[in-house]
Amino acid sequence: MVTNITSFSRSGLSDWLMQRVSAVVMAFYAVFLVAYLLFNPGLDYYAWSGLFAQTWMRIFSLLAFISLSAHAWVGLWTVTTDYIKPTNVRVGVQMFVILAIFAFLVWSIQILWGA
Amino acid sequence: MNSKRPVNLDLSTIHFPLPALTSITHRITGVILFVGLIFAFWALSASLSSPAGFDAVSSALANNFLAKLIAWGLLSAFAFHFVAGIKHLVMDADIGVTLEGGEKKAQITVVVSAVLIILAGVWVW
Repeated sequence: MVTNITSFSRSGLSDWLMQRVSAVVMAFYAVFLVAYLLFNPGLDYYAWSGLFAQTWMRIFSLLAFISLSAHAWVGLWTVTTDYIKPTNVRVGVQMFVILAIFAFLVWSIQILWGA
Repeated sequence: MNSKRPVNLDLSTIHFPLPALTSITHRITGVILFVGLIFAFWALSASLSSPAGFDAVSSALANNFLAKLIAWGLLSAFAFHFVAGIKHLVMDADIGVTLEGGEKKAQITVVVSAVLIILAGVWVW
């Protein structure tokens, strides 16, 4: 059993499940966005911002971005843990990744509700 | 030196099996997608900020070669990561978890993502 204090939930099984659930959420979101863009070839600003003004689209987007945060952390934690052996370097990189994920999450909320 | 030592370490005959290559590519595309988020978020942010911002993004994607290349690169990385991720879910469902099954699924992953990458290229250009 994976018990590492820097893993997302301190449990390998829980991280594994988190990775799958977040992946499925993002898969639906990505397929939706690609389909929307394909079926609206002459898209303009008003239709596009109108889509993101809908409450359901904001909730769907936020859900996808939160899933992205969890998914990116579990994935990058796995990769950094596998390849970066010196503890200080690994933890340094992981702290940077957490900071970047946090910045992306704040940015996404700003995009969805700001402006 | 003992002349009976086996000398069959011909490195050109040693290679990773295909499932190992798709696995490492899954990881590499994951890291690429994380770095690429900065472009995707910039495009989403600008396109939703104002009509001028929307036009800036759509004209960059229509005319700027570098923007097209980045869009295609990220769509390609996403396509592979998506297909390889579905392969993982299939394995989680205990389907084809054998040596032959693993080889077959890796082949399917390569073919399906190659098709998607070509389609993404057609879409961008």
